[in-house]
Formats: sequence, C-alpha cells, structure tokens
Amino acid sequence: MTRTPLRPLARILAARRDGENPDSIERENLAARHEADRDTQRERAEGRLLVLGIVFLCAFFMVGLKMSVMAGSDPVEPKSAASGAQIVGARADITDRNGRILATNLTTHSLYAQPHQMIDPDRAARELAAIFPDLNDEKLFQQFTGKKKFLWIKRRISPEQQQAVFDIGEPGLLFGPREMRLYPNGKLASHVLGGVSFGREGVSAAELVGIAGIEKAMDSELRDPGRGDVPLALSMDLTIQAAVEHVLYGGMRLMNAKGAAAVLMDVHTGEIISLASLPDFDPNDRPKPLTEGDQADSPLFNRAVQGLYELGSTFKIFTTGQAVDERLVSRSTWIDTKGPMTWGKHRIRDFKDHGPAMTVEDVIVESSNIGTARIAMMIGAERQQNFLAKLGLFKPVPVELVEARGAKPLLPRKWSEIHTMTVSYGHGLSTSPLHLAGAYATLLNGGRSVVPSLLKGGKPLGASVVTENTSAQMRDFLRQVVVRGTATLGEVEGYHVAGKTGTADKPKPTGGYYDDKVIATFASVFPANDPKYVLVVTLDEPVETSGPKPRRTAGWTAVPVAAEIIRRTAPLLGLAPDVEHRRAQGVTLVNN
Amino acid sequence: MTEMVHGSIPGGDGEPILPRWWRTVDKWSMSCVLALFGMGLLLGLAASPPLAERNGFSAFHYVERQVMFGSIALIVMFAITLMSPKTVRRLAVVGFGLSLIAVALLPFFGTDFGKGAVRWYSLGIGSFQPSEFLKPGFIVLVGWMIAASNEVAGPPGKTYSFGLALIVVMLLALQPDFGQACLILFAWGVMYFVGGAPFLVLAGIAGLTVAGGAFAYQNSEHFARRIDGFLSAEVDPTTQLGYAANAIREGGFFGVGVGEGTVKWSLPDAHTDFIIAVAAEEYGLLLVLVIIVLYATIVLRSLFRLMRERDPFIRLAGTGLACTFAMQAMINISVAVRLLPAKGMTLPFVSYGGSSLVAGGILIGMLLAFTRARPQGEIRDYLVRSGR
Repeated sequence: MTRTPLRPLARILAARRDGENPDSIERENLAARHEADRDTQRERAEGRLLVLGIVFLCAFFMVGLKMSVMAGSDPVEPKSAASGAQIVGARADITDRNGRILATNLTTHSLYAQPHQMIDPDRAARELAAIFPDLNDEKLFQQFTGKKKFLWIKRRISPEQQQAVFDIGEPGLLFGPREMRLYPNGKLASHVLGGVSFGREGVSAAELVGIAGIEKAMDSELRDPGRGDVPLALSMDLTIQAAVEHVLYGGMRLMNAKGAAAVLMDVHTGEIISLASLPDFDPNDRPKPLTEGDQADSPLFNRAVQGLYELGSTFKIFTTGQAVDERLVSRSTWIDTKGPMTWGKHRIRDFKDHGPAMTVEDVIVESSNIGTARIAMMIGAERQQNFLAKLGLFKPVPVELVEARGAKPLLPRKWSEIHTMTVSYGHGLSTSPLHLAGAYATLLNGGRSVVPSLLKGGKPLGASVVTENTSAQMRDFLRQVVVRGTATLGEVEGYHVAGKTGTADKPKPTGGYYDDKVIATFASVFPANDPKYVLVVTLDEPVETSGPKPRRTAGWTAVPVAAEIIRRTAPLLGLAPDVEHRRAQGVTLVNN
Repeated sequence: MTEMVHGSIPGGDGEPILPRWWRTVDKWSMSCVLALFGMGLLLGLAASPPLAERNGFSAFHYVERQVMFGSIALIVMFAITLMSPKTVRRLAVVGFGLSLIAVALLPFFGTDFGKGAVRWYSLGIGSFQPSEFLKPGFIVLVGWMIAASNEVAGPPGKTYSFGLALIVVMLLALQPDFGQACLILFAWGVMYFVGGAPFLVLAGIAGLTVAGGAFAYQNSEHFARRIDGFLSAEVDPTTQLGYAANAIREGGFFGVGVGEGTVKWSLPDAHTDFIIAVAAEEYGLLLVLVIIVLYATIVLRSLFRLMRERDPFIRLAGTGLACTFAMQAMINISVAVRLLPAKGMTLPFVSYGGSSLVAGGILIGMLLAFTRARPQGEIRDYLVRSGR
C-alpha cells in the first residue's frame, strides 16, 4: 500500500513560520482528499450500479419470458403426466382362443364415510347395518362419532346396495368408483385364471393385482397402461374346458376319487387347450388358503400343475422310445421278463407274471416293469437322465402360471442304477401331469420338443428329440395298448386313441407306500395315425367298485374317464371320426 | 439572548417528521411492497387451505396468520423508514449481533420440524428462523465496513467483512441452508463490486463460488439431488418441480380461474416456495408478470436512487439490500420455471411465513430508509471544486 503523506508539509511549515495552527490546514487537506476520493468512488459506483440495474432488468425479463413460454405451451397430457402418482385400476381382459371373455373388469363402487360431514351418524349406522347384515351398527356408530375423518365401509357394493345407501340420504357416506375383476364363467378354468386382489387403494380407484394363476404370472402385461383395450388371448378353449371339467367331475365322482386333473394340449404347438383340476373354486369369491393340513387338499391347489406325483407306468414309453431311437432295441427284440428281478436288496415285480420273455412292443402293451427295467439298464443312467431332461421332466414347466414356477420335479438325490430302473417305469421321479403332457407331446408329435404354453399361438418349438420314425413307432405301441393292452376301455371309435396307463402307489408322508391309495393316470394321444392332441387324465385315490373286488388300476379308472373326455371333445376340436366307409347300399345315383 | 439563557430550541430543520417522510420516501417502491403483500394474501387464500386442512386447522388459518405477521412486518417497515440512516445502522448492527448468536446456537436449541435442516427455534405461537433476520443486519454491517475501508486511512473493512461473510456462510451451511448462504455471499459480492472491487478479484470470487458449489455437490446428498433433478432433461412429473411446471402450463395466460387450481393439493410447499405456481395456475401469466414487474420496480427504482446517493455507506448498504431482495424473488420464480435448480427460498412478502415476512419488512424498511431523498450537496460540486 502506497502511503500518501498526511500533511501538505510545505504549507504547514509556512503556517508554523507565520505562527498559525497547522491542524486546520491538515484538516482542510484531509477533507479535500476525502471529497476527491468520494467523487471517484461515486462515479465508479454509479457505473457499476447501472450495470447491476441492467443485469437485474435482463434477469427479470428473462424470468418473465420463460414464464410466458411455459404458460404459452400446451399442457402435454396433464393427466398422464401425473399418472405416476395416480392409481390405475385398468386391467386388460382375458379371453379364450376364440375371443370369449374369461376375465373382465366391471365398474362397481366402494363405500366410504367421512364422519365429520355426517348429519345423523346414529341413523346412518342403523340403516347401513340393515343394508349390510355383516356390519354392526354399534361399531359403526362408534366409528362415525370417533376421531377418524375417513373410513372404508365396503370395498365393493352392488348397484342395488349403492342405491339403498344413497337412499339413506346421509352426506357423509360417499361412493368411489372401483374397478372389479369379474370372471363371468364362474368356476370354469379357475385354476388357470387364479384371481386378483386390490393393491394400492385410493378414493377414486384401486389397483387390481393378480395373486394367482395367469393373472399373477402376466400381471405386469395385463396392467400395462400402454396395452389399451387389447385383451390377453389364451390358448384355452372355453367350450372344451367346460366339457372337460364336466366329464372329469363326473368321472371323479364315479371313481370315488378325491381329486382329478386333466390336461389337453395341442401336440404340435404345446398350446394348452384345456387344463382342469378338481376340486375347484370360484375366482370371483376366492377361498382363503388353508391354515393347517396339507395345502394339496385345498381347492386352490392346482393338481395339474402343482401336483407332483409318481406317474407310474406312463413313463415306460420314454424308456422304450429312447431305446428304440438309439437303436438299442427294435419293436420285436425279445426282452427277458422273468420275475421277480432282484437288484441288490431291491426286488422288481410285475402286476402279473408275463412269462420268461416278451417283445419290446409287448413290454409296453402289457406294461411290464421288469422288461422296462432291463431296457433301462441297456440305456444307462447318464443317457437316461439326458433324455428325460430333454423332455422337460427335470425343470419346472415354463408355462404362464405362477404356480408352475414352484413345481420342480422331485428327483432321486443320487441317481444310482436302481433309480435308473425304477424311474424307467415311473417310480422315484415325481412330476406334474402337465410335465407328462409336455413330454408326451414332444415324444409323439414327430419328435420336436414343445414348450407348454397358455398363450394363443404357443411358443416356438425346440430341437428334435427323437426321429419321426421313432415317434411313429411309439404311437403305434401306444395304440396297441388301447387295442389289446391295459387300456382297452380307452377305445373311442373313429379317433384312434393311443395311450399308456400308469398306476402308482401313493407314498406315505412317513415313508413307504400305501397299499390302497393310488394315483391313476392315463396319458394319451389322438388320433394315433395323425396326432393332434395329447390328453393326460390323473385321478387321485380312485377306486372302482362295480366288480367283486375294488379296482384301482388306471385301466379301470382313469382310462374310461379319458375316453369319455375324448368322445366329448374330439368333435368340438374339429376332428372328424375316421369311420370305415361302407359302400352305400341301395342308393343309386340318379342322373336326370 | 433568549436562546443563550434558556438553551437552544429543540428540533432540527423545522419540518415535521411525517410530512418530511412523505416527501422524501420512495412512494412508488412502497406502493409496490404493499401491492406485493396484498397479492400474498390473495394467493394465500388460494394456496393455504389444503395445508390447513392437512394440519387440522380452519381453512383460512394460515391467511389469518399471514395477516397478523404481515401487519407486524408493515409496522416494522414503516417504523424503520422513519429512522435516519445512522439509527438504522446502529440497530442493524445490534440486530446482526443478536441473530448471529441465535444462528450459532441453532444446533443446540433449534428444531428441524422433520424437514432435515435445523433452521428454526420453536416458540410457543410459532417458529422463528433467525437466519432470515441475519441478512439485513449483515448487509448493513458489511456496507459500513466496506464504506469505511474506502475512507482515507480507514480500516481494512473489505478483508474483515469477507471474513465475516465466510463465518456466516459456514454457520448457514452447517444447518444446512445453502440458499441463505448463497444469498449472503451474493450480497457481499454485490457490495464489494459496487464498493470498487478490482475485476481480477471479482473473477476470482466467481471461480471460488463455482468451486464451492462443486464441493457442496460432492459432499451433500441434499444438494446433489436437487442439482441432478435440475440437470435431467425430463422433469419427473411427481416431483414438486413437475407439478409446478404443469401448473404453469395449465394456467396459460389468464389462469384456470380463482379457486379452480389443483396444484395446491399436490404440492406440499404450495404456500411458500411454490406460491408462484399457484399464482400461475389460478390467475395465469398475467398475475405472474404483474408480480415480476412489482419486484423489478422496487429494485430498479432503488438502484436508480442509490446511484445519486453520495454517502458511500448508504449507497453500499442500500445496494446490498435491494439486490438481496431482488435475488431472493428471482431465485424463487426461476425455480418454478426451471431456470434454476430447486432451492427452498421464499418469495419475499408473497410467500407464507412469519419470519420471512417480518425479516422482509425489516429489509425493505431499511432499503426505503436508505433511499429516502436527502440533500446530496450536489450544488457544492459547482461551487467548490477544490482538489487536494
């Protein structure tokens, strides 16, 4: 800092010489310099203040301009802009493959109260209790006179109830629109559809959230606001589903079974035409899950998808199919079936003695455990596992049902040779009927791997598993089962039913097997000469009592039920019966 | 003789106080302030009932309180405008000292009302935000210091005032209240600028501000989130900004109509930080432009009057007050129109808030006291042009 001398020395010296007080000169000088400083500062400050003023003016102008631009621009979809916070009640319809409604939305109303707006809470409580018998008027009155400013009374009310509440004339009782999921067909296809419940809830809407079945598996797709009005088309056919459920219910009652399941699948595309599980429920009024006991006894339990059973002899065709495909045997190869067959401490028996040896074809037709086990030994454990895995029997079925994800087949922990033998005839490996249907479709459609799907159009086919020739031979084997084997009751005239029975003792929860409880399964394909559909029917603990002894084998229980289903549904599926064309007798072609 | 015997006649220049006040005060600016307060009430009628409803008060609870605090603010304002600049300075310095202590004690006795920043003292009838009262006192003190430093053989006031500014900024940043901290820094910078800052130093300050902002961005999640929200091109429609932008668009030029707006139901800060959105929605661009013009009038008139002011202290302090006032208003509106990142800053005199209103009254009172017309000794320029 440069210092200027405080005193104008020359003048002060002169003043001192003259005897004057130099302080006044000093002050005068100071004042003058002060003035000068202030002037320069003021001029500079004036300039800078002007700059500031202009800057602020521009800034205010800019803010005003931006505001004008914003105010002038159109509000870009103000509703959808705020939709993130809004509750969207929309949910796409679900239809069957022909566009018939399986699930749709219905606008109903919810009833809520704002007690601080009420005029006569006592009367309102009494009248409400009269309209809704499940409400308690004293409790309502307490709520209406309490501190709450808002309370739900009913989540969904019918138009009649709404009118009745409206007639109370109480301004504190208010209605909010409420989308409701409606399943117009009632119990039909209940396990496939599953159900919904309310998610986030507001006065003007509530989210409909899928909680089971395809509603949950496809929840985000169904709730996608961009979907518009496009319904979700399933591969199911409403008519056929109705017929299947009807026949299956009759069969279940007739065979005294406690449960039943059926899967009807397009053999080429994997589209599930019908999937039924009994007992069933009404998705409009979904029962509560069991709080105790076995969940498998709940009507909510989907036996066709969640039920993991040892499906018994139906697996024999996989063993034979692999052996034929890998040219280990041909249909006329003789297999040693002398029983009982012992392996270590295990003994394998047949249901009845088939003699010392039989052909591969007869092993299937007569359903010989020993014969199948011997064929499995030719294949070996590793190749057997690979083949079964290719048929999709080791993983959960990738079908659009949330229940399917948890249904992972139960495999032997360590795959030893005895397991190779037992699995070859369907014991020691638990799968769902849907697994079986998918595997049958793959094996019998010419060998192309199918992925079961509930969506119309199905999923793309996978790799080839067996040759066309093997596939045709297997169909022939299965056809012989119906013609002269264990499933003769399965013959439906004109439709060339081919299939394999399976009767498996149910495992006890404590270990070992029940003597008198079986799972009876009939896995079939029709028509055998030109396969179109696979049908798997499973009955849980059936017993057929028309004979002198109670009969539990699948040939007596599951097979006639399946045959009836085919008889009923085949015409609906558009299959023409292949009847022998007799020459028209007595009819003369007349030509005028 | 009589005077010599009985003492001098009391009273100065013989002009009664009120007429002189009326003659010298900036009546236009004062009218603008009153108009702004009126708008605040008008908008409060629209914006605050949802909040009152949420908090279980009667619908116009907040409007009543606004009237109460507004009356206090206006009385304080008028009282201050009556004072001489010297009295104002004296009171301001004392007030600054007290509020600095209050701010410093906030971490120990303050509450955050669940908003994540300890800025308030909870009193019986309401809350009290000392940082609002810090500003006018700080500006006056800094103006004094800088003015003094320009005197011959004056104290190094610029350096000291900068130190003071840093202390205050630090205290505010601790709360954290970066908005007020920025305002304090800005006020100091403006006064330093007008007080004759070399341009090199100004550039340095700009650089420091940027660096400080970057530091805050790195180290404060609160701060970083708001900047990120500003920089992202898409406004999340569920944020306050999104609602505000939508409200402005909905309002258009003439608004959707009195009481027809919906944004006040979805914005938690509709009555304070985003009151301009409510104004834009219900009354349209028209009212917003009127409000902007009112602020601009106050600021530009004040700056113009200060240009003629010869007392360096009054000039500097007045500049600081006017620019802080303008800046606060501008930041608030700019946030709503997305020119600036979200920053909780009230719109002076319009937003609801007791502390903000009264502090605004003090600030404007001081400004009006400083911009009163007074003899500037211009005639001396022509008579006495004596240099050193």
